[in-house]
This record gives sequence, C-alpha cells and structure tokens, in this order.
Amino acid sequence: MIPELGHYALVLALALGLIQSIVPIVGAATRDAGLMRLASSTAVMQFLFVALSFAALTVCYVTSDFSVLNVFENSHSMMPLIYKMSSVWGNHEGSMLLWVLILALFGALVALFGANLPATLKAHVLAVQSWIACAFYLFILLTSNPFARQAQAPFEGRDLNPILQDPGLAIHPPLLYIGYVGFSIAFSFAIAALLEGRIDAAWARWVRPWTLMAWMFLTLGIAMGSYWAYYTLGWGGFWFWDPVENASFMPWLTGTALLHSAVVMEKRNSLKIWTILLAILTFSLSLIGTFLVRSGVLTSVHSFASDPTRGVFILIILVLFIGGSLALFAWRGPMLKQGGLFAPISREGALVFNNLFLTTACLTVFVGTLYPLALEGLTGAKISVGAPFFNMTFGPLFVALMCVMPFGPLLAWKRGDLYGVAQRLMAAFGIGLVAIAATFAIEGGQSVLAPFGVGVAFFVMAGALVDLVERTALFRAPLATVRTRAIGLPRSVWGTAVAHFGIAVTLLGIIGAATWGTERILTLKPTQTVTLSGYEFTFDGLTQQAGPNYQAQVGKFTVRRGGAVIGVMEPSKRAFAARSMTTNEAALLTRGSGQLYLSLGDSEPSGAIAIRLYYKPLVMLIWLGAVIMMLGGGLSLSDRRLRVGAPKPATKSAAKTTLQPAE
Amino acid sequence: MTRKQRRLILIGSSLGVLAIAAVLVLSAMSDSIVFFNSPTDIAEKHIAPGTRIRVGGLVKPGSVQRGENLNIRFEVTDGKSDVTVRYQGIVPDLFREGQGVVTEGKLEAGGILADMVLAKHDERYMPREVSDALKKAGRWEETAGQTSGGTPR
Repeated sequence: MIPELGHYALVLALALGLIQSIVPIVGAATRDAGLMRLASSTAVMQFLFVALSFAALTVCYVTSDFSVLNVFENSHSMMPLIYKMSSVWGNHEGSMLLWVLILALFGALVALFGANLPATLKAHVLAVQSWIACAFYLFILLTSNPFARQAQAPFEGRDLNPILQDPGLAIHPPLLYIGYVGFSIAFSFAIAALLEGRIDAAWARWVRPWTLMAWMFLTLGIAMGSYWAYYTLGWGGFWFWDPVENASFMPWLTGTALLHSAVVMEKRNSLKIWTILLAILTFSLSLIGTFLVRSGVLTSVHSFASDPTRGVFILIILVLFIGGSLALFAWRGPMLKQGGLFAPISREGALVFNNLFLTTACLTVFVGTLYPLALEGLTGAKISVGAPFFNMTFGPLFVALMCVMPFGPLLAWKRGDLYGVAQRLMAAFGIGLVAIAATFAIEGGQSVLAPFGVGVAFFVMAGALVDLVERTALFRAPLATVRTRAIGLPRSVWGTAVAHFGIAVTLLGIIGAATWGTERILTLKPTQTVTLSGYEFTFDGLTQQAGPNYQAQVGKFTVRRGGAVIGVMEPSKRAFAARSMTTNEAALLTRGSGQLYLSLGDSEPSGAIAIRLYYKPLVMLIWLGAVIMMLGGGLSLSDRRLRVGAPKPATKSAAKTTLQPAE
Repeated sequence: MTRKQRRLILIGSSLGVLAIAAVLVLSAMSDSIVFFNSPTDIAEKHIAPGTRIRVGGLVKPGSVQRGENLNIRFEVTDGKSDVTVRYQGIVPDLFREGQGVVTEGKLEAGGILADMVLAKHDERYMPREVSDALKKAGRWEETAGQTSGGTPR
C-alpha cells in the first residue's frame, strides 16, 4: 500500500508540474494575476507530493519491505537504521527521487519567499522550474520507478553496496544535490529573463542569494565527497580527476564565476548577457554531471552499475534543455541592453578576469573529461586522460587566478589604481616572499614549485586580510573603534575576505599533502615495527570482530614518536556476506593539520599483513579551507542587501535602473 | 577610451587566455593520454615496448602468483589472448580471479609492468572498457554483466 501511495504521489506531482509548466506562462502573456498566482500554489503542492513520495520510499526502507524491488536490491534487514535511511538515495532510482525532491523544494522556496518578485517574473521562473521537474518526473516514472514491486517478496534483501555503508552516504549526496540542483534556480531566472526580454540590477539581486546558497552546499558537498573517497578507497588520495569528480567540479567553477559576475551586474548593471549565459552554463553542467554519473559512459573509480537506456533518456533531457536554452539565448540575448562602462583596470575588470580564468579552467576540465568520449565516438580508439593532464592545464590557470585574486577586492569600481593597490598589498607580498624563503630553507630546495605555491597561498591569505585590516583600522585605532568598524562593515566584505582566505588554505593543504607526504607499502609481522617520518608503528596483531551485518578483521597498531605512545590505530577490513564483498576502513590519526593514514591489504597465513602507510602533512587544510569558503558564503548570504526574499534596492542608482525595459 | 577600444581589449585578452589554455591542453594531451587496449590488441597490434597503456579484461583463473615484497603477477584475458601483468603493491579489495580488472603501466617484452590496478566497486559493475573488450572477443554474456539497480558515488 505504501509504495503505491508513493508512486501515486509522484504521478500527482507530475500532473501539477504539467499545469505549472503552462498556466503561469499563459497568465503572464494575458496579464491574468489569478493564473500567475496559481504557480505558487502548485509549486508548494508539488513539493508536498514529492516529499510524500520520498517519505513513502523511506518507510519501505526502514520497514525492510522487500516486496519492493528497489529495497530488496539495496537493503538488508540487519543494517543499522541510519544506513537504511541513507540507502534510500544509495541507488539510482532513489537518488533521482532525492534529485526531484530538492528541485521541488527550491521551487516551493521561490514560491514562498518570492513575494516581492514582479508577478510575471515569478510566474516565468516557476514555470521554467516546472519544465525541469516534469522532465525528471517522467524520467523516474518511465525508466526508474523506485516503487516497482516483485510478485514474491524475498525473505532477505541483497544488502546495500558495502562501500556505501558509511556515514558519508548520509551526508555527501544530499549536500551535493542541493548544490547541483540549486543552480536550477539561477537557470530558471535566466530563462525567465530571456522570455521576458528584460533584465536589470534587481534581477541579479534576486538571483545571487540562490546561487550563493547552492554554491555553499556544492562546496561542502565536493569537500565531503573528497574526504569520503580519501578515507574509504584506501589509497590516501583526495582527488583523482576522475570523470565523476569533474562532473561535480565543473558546475562549481562556473557557479563561482556566476557569483562574481552577478556582483558586477548588481552593482554596475554591466555584464548582463554574460551573467545570463553563465547561469545557463552552470546548470547545463549540472545536468551533464547527472548524465555522466547516471549513464556510466565514462569509466570512473566511483562507478557503479548503470543502465544505458536511462542514459539515452537523460541525454534527451540534456539536449532539450541545453540546446533549447542556448537557442533562446542566441535569439533573445542581443535584445538585452548593455550597461555601465568600465576601464580594464577596475573592480569590474578584475571580476571579468576572474570569470575568464574560471571558465577557461572549467573548459580545460571539460575537454579532459569528455575528450575520451568524443575520440571513441569518432575513431573508436579508447583512451584515458589521467591526472597529469589536469595538473598541467588546470593548475597553471588556477594559480594565475590566485595570484591576481588579492587585487580584485581592493580595486575601485569603474576605474582602479593598480599602482595604489600594489602598494597596499606590499605587506601581503612580503609575507608571500618570506613564506617562499622559509619553505625553501626548511625543505632544502627539493622542489621549486612547492615553495612558490606556498608563497601564493600566503600572499592570498594576507591579501584577503589587508582589506579587513584597512577598513577596520586595526593597528591604527583603539580597539573599541576597531570593533565598531568591524561590526559596521558590510557582511559581504567579510564574506569575500573569508572565502578568499579559505581557497588559499585549501591550496596550502593540497601542496602539503602532494609534496611532503610520505608513504610506505610493506608486509609486517606481529610485534614488528616500521618507521615513517619519525613515527614508529608497532603491529600488535589481528583480531576478528563481528559487526551488525559484517565480519571485521581489525589490525591493531601502536604509534610512537620519540618513544612515547601517541595513539593506537585500528584499520580494518570488513567482509559483508550478503554481497561477498570486503571494504577497507582506513585508520586515521590526526596530528595538527596533518594525518597519519593506515590501511590494510591482504593477510598471509603466517599472520603477517600487507599495509599501506601514509603521512600526509597539512592534508586537513584541504577540507578546512572548503569549510572556510562555505562560511564566507554564509557571511555574504547574511548581508542585509542579499537576504533571501527581501531584496531592496541598495542604492539610489540601482533603484533608478530597476525594471528598465530593453526595448 | 571608447567603448569599442574597451571591447577590443576584452576580446583580445579573452582570446589570449584561451590561446594559453589551448597550448596547455595540447601539450598536456600529447604527454598524458593513455590508450586502452584489450589483450588481443596487444597480441595483434605492434605497440612499441615502453609505451604506457591501459589493459582491461578478466583476471585469468589460476594465474595469480604472489611473491615476496607484495609482488604479484597475473594474467589478464579477454578469452582470446592473455597478457601478463606484474605489479608491486596492494591490489584492490575486489581483485579476484575471474573478475574484471583494468591495469595501467608500461609495456615490456614479457607483458605489462603496472603501476595501477583498478578493480570495481560493485560486484555487478563491469568497467565499460572491459565489457567492450570482452564483447569484441565474443566472450560477453549480456545476462552476466550489467543488471539494473546501480548505486551513485
């Protein structure tokens, strides 16, 4: 009964979606306020029905209803409750249901918090949002019904893939999807603007908070996924430039560009066409990401079983939405009026630079990810593009971007003074140089790139603080003044500084882990000791432990430094009978910002065991930096100017340009 | 500066960055692309020794030999031809005889000296390169391969 209820609720959501796809557009064309208002009600109802459907599937999982095929294939009655709940999206069908749930949630949020949007804009946005939703409802209902029953209910399920039986599954996909799907709002706004043939600074003010929110979640989602892969795959790597990773990274890059170009549009009423294009591209890349992950056309370390017929369906959705939106853009884009002028050296110029580099960097990732697919289609040759390609192309572009980053926020709008800014950055520059010299001295000239990278990271960190120090008059005024000034500063200024600081922290972590990490792979007998980077690991022996649905082989290692015990590491291998699979649970020991990493290999009859041992200095900074970036986004989001749903013209000039028709 | 000049600067610098990116892409492409081959390809095509390649297929049952210092040697087969792979290190958890595997490394006279061995994540998943190689060799049964019900990353 409950699965049928969930299925039916999804069909009802589709019916509502179809109404919402058409009626508000008719309403906007005929200026019928009633028809336009309908969209808000259907958007909220759609969300409620999808939520009901999602809840129904969750109930099936929690009660282990194995008559539902999806539950049978991906669950086991002995699994802990948290994994039963997260396995709802630990499979293709359920994860698509989560996708549409978040899509419908965003639609409902626009309906609820968009009270002060112009009626026609809101109607168009909700209609476009509903087009996307309908495409994916149809996809689920026609190709991937999670509620399909089987005639004979088996006694026991086939268990969730053991690799996914991890808290990471409970956190990572929802975060990532909120980010991915959140960009649909920017897309809907862009299409709505094109349909209306007009766009203005107020538009950017409405779009920015949504984009910022999606970006924050995507940032955290990618970082979380990276950490999950790091501790679960057992190789100690945090980023593989794998197609599935790139799929989530590309929307992040263009989304970051979109955030910055929307600032120009909001403040200076410039770069309109470009901002629209970025909004379209960002969500298109999200769709491409969904396609790459769901269709299995590319070989990935994160790949799971996939069904080609579904890939074709998503490909059709992809072609319709990306092709359609770009065609609409080509047709209507030129009608949008260009805005304010600016000199190449100016805040606008710096943001254009940022956009140029971010999109070009994204393009290189795109080429590297899809080139194998294109080549195979054209010549039949199968190739793989490995990490060196991305390091050699993406790396230099991103480092160039980082070098220029501190200049941007210090330049004035319209016409900036590069020399003046360079003078203000002298201190930051000095800190960068000292960092280069210090790194070079400490590591004894092993590599040239690492000290340079550390210098860039410190330059960016210090540069991010320069603006804050100057504007709060720190070191110059009494502390009380500094405090009031700090509180008085716009939150978005804080947000910029914090987010820029965060990316530099991540860079530092990447350099540390990639350059100064040490590793050993060896076989160890009980009571033997191995030394790595000054840490001594003594193997105390193997024990067997029983988990709820697995048998674990746990190795115990005592870690000493200079003779003193600093911890015990217990890596394990878990054998899951239901799928006859084993997973590797690496043991981590955090030392400051670095980590010791130990994972088990095969054991020998003699009691000896193969182990992988890593010391990764600064590695935690990679994820800490992402969290800092997200906090920066949050600070910006809390800016009065950008409060979701309460956009007010910030300045007089902005008020004048609101609702400026393009014709 | 006129609007036109500014636009020219913008377009010029965009093209400049794109050109730099194109140079980077092309130079990196020539160095870091690895071709995928099935064991039959290796037997038939004459690939120069020392080339980095990827080989995929099934681990031939009975061929796995483990030596000292985590050395391992096994044969990858597509049913028609076999190729010997040598590797030092820890193989993935799902590495087993009869299972699909992708290895990458240098081609030598006696086989492949691999520095990467990838097995799959899911007992129902087969890397597409492997399934294609097996299909080409006529050793693929649809039913044994992909079934419905995948799992996301």
